[in-house]
Amino acid sequence: MNKLLVALISGIIFGLGLSLSQMVDPNKVLGFLDIAGDWNPSLAFVMAGALAVAMPGFYWIKKRQRPIFEDGFHLSHKKQIDKPLVLGAIIFGIGWGLSGYCPGPAVAGIGFGNGEALVMVLAIYAGFFAERFIAKK
Amino acid sequence: MENFTPVSAFLGGCLIGLSAILLLLYNGRTAGISGIMNGIFLSPGHEQRWRLTFLIGLILGAVIFQQIVPDFIQFRSDYPLALVAIGGFLVGVGTRLSSGCTSGHGICGIANLSRRSIIATLCFMASGFITVFIIKHVLYLI
Repeated sequence: MNKLLVALISGIIFGLGLSLSQMVDPNKVLGFLDIAGDWNPSLAFVMAGALAVAMPGFYWIKKRQRPIFEDGFHLSHKKQIDKPLVLGAIIFGIGWGLSGYCPGPAVAGIGFGNGEALVMVLAIYAGFFAERFIAKK
Repeated sequence: MENFTPVSAFLGGCLIGLSAILLLLYNGRTAGISGIMNGIFLSPGHEQRWRLTFLIGLILGAVIFQQIVPDFIQFRSDYPLALVAIGGFLVGVGTRLSSGCTSGHGICGIANLSRRSIIATLCFMASGFITVFIIKHVLYLI
């Protein structure tokens, strides 16, 4: 129960952050990605703000033996820079540039009643299933 | 340049960072949205429940925000839906292949000083810039 409450509160704060920062607005995202046009660097400040808080936060949390409600941390221990990492990130960036949405803003956009965001979420799931299908082969 | 909003962007970013801290400190989990989305159809039982709860919270956060500050964001209405659908599909495939998105790699991974995440973030930023350049200034699709 406690863990679910934390998940809910954490989700709400994340949604508020995406809204206040206007990451949920695909026009703003495309304005940020359009360096050759009327470039709007606002969204660089979203990442700066997130890292200004998360970087010292993570450093401090990782000094603990374990999280408060779990026996261990579920962090990725992968180290290798491999082809799926680079190729996948490039494909993700193309999709981000075509649509103006990354996964968080697509989900949060549903809360704004934005129909495009719902299409985006469904298409992301189609991509998830397609990748799993390809990976099995 | 219209619509330059560094202060609200920075403060919104701080909230995202705070959310990531809470999830890691209490539940030991990474606030990577693509992984959380994918997980609700993967891991059975409690692993699905917290992920679904988080996503409901994410939507609720947007709903609450809109109640407090209505009309803060004017959504576009004339964008080609095909670009959204194709883009979404590529976002789905790409984030699974690289195990993360803007939040998982760009925020949590970098905050965790992961070299993989730094490389992934540079790659998706670069391909995002190039993609918008091509569809806007070469092909004039938008």
